[in-house]
Amino acid sequence: MAKFKKKTGTSQSIPTAALPDIIFMLLFFFMVTTVLREQEILVEQKLPQATQLQKLEKKTLISYLYIGKPKNVAVFGTEPRIQANDVLIGTKDIVLWVNQEKDKLSENERDQITISMKTDREVKMGPISDVQFELREADARKLLYAAVGKVQN
Amino acid sequence: MARKKGRLSQEVNAGSMADIAFLLLIFFLVTTTIASDKGILNILPPKQDPNQPPPEIKLNERNIFNILVNANDQLLVEGEYLDNTLSLSNDIKDFILNFGAPDEESIALFNSLPASLREKAKRDPSSSDHPMAGGAVVSIKTNRGTSYEKYLEILDQVKRAYFEIYAERVGLTSDQYRALTGKTPAEKELIDRGKEGIPMAISIAEPDKIGGN
Repeated sequence: MAKFKKKTGTSQSIPTAALPDIIFMLLFFFMVTTVLREQEILVEQKLPQATQLQKLEKKTLISYLYIGKPKNVAVFGTEPRIQANDVLIGTKDIVLWVNQEKDKLSENERDQITISMKTDREVKMGPISDVQFELREADARKLLYAAVGKVQN
Repeated sequence: MARKKGRLSQEVNAGSMADIAFLLLIFFLVTTTIASDKGILNILPPKQDPNQPPPEIKLNERNIFNILVNANDQLLVEGEYLDNTLSLSNDIKDFILNFGAPDEESIALFNSLPASLREKAKRDPSSSDHPMAGGAVVSIKTNRGTSYEKYLEILDQVKRAYFEIYAERVGLTSDQYRALTGKTPAEKELIDRGKEGIPMAISIAEPDKIGGN
């Protein structure tokens, strides 16, 4: 069947020479977008579950407080402690910490500061209410109880 | 002069480069944790002036939905012992939308509600007067020994009652309503229309000190 003679000159295979480049592009994308945790969490963090979660839009306005039982029980004891930035602080230091966090924001955003309280589910309400009292003193009244989603029944 | 070996290719074999890159890619995919800032929003009351006594707010007992939690995480809702929080959000919805003694403004609000919410109004004189400001308030009182998990579970149910009312008013599901960001004017309008006239009146009392730490 000479009529359907194979056309010569065109290659049959897809060139895969650019494949590594494509994969590297993806790799670089993920490497760049990955934010490595810059601070070590010193307290236990098993967040409670909730259904009515809301998301905050402006991440720059959020400051984090971690509350829970210290991981290093031998040094810090078993009572719940508060971690701000990368150190454990006492309840009385919260006002100072809030003011430092407020200073990082621009002037017109200071009153919109939101404290995200990442609290371990084992903590009792006593320490929480102490923290809330200090936050009221510091005039940082927007509070987010960090929680993970739960399947709604 | 060493003679060039004829058959051998001069290039480095780059065929496995893609595999190596894939391995790295999968490593980063697995280790990346996208930080999520999700949670339950709460606005704390302004700080109290120590020289001024706390303002006396006259509210009738029928306008307050009392939730008490003790140090053993046991619930007392409106004077009755409750085992679990499953029915709590429905009770709160009934309480908010009771319209026991509405004034003129709240009658207008009542008429603006969709029929499904209007059905909820039982007009029970022993429950809340109306959901507007000065009307229904949900009060949560914990003990210092109450677990945070229980507290959040209850706050979650109270919020759920409000969000379901808001969402139903604008014809969305509760999930859709909570996902609204208010960035565009259309979304902002939806949020405002859901909330209008029914403020989220959740009062969180200072925990009492008995039995806690």
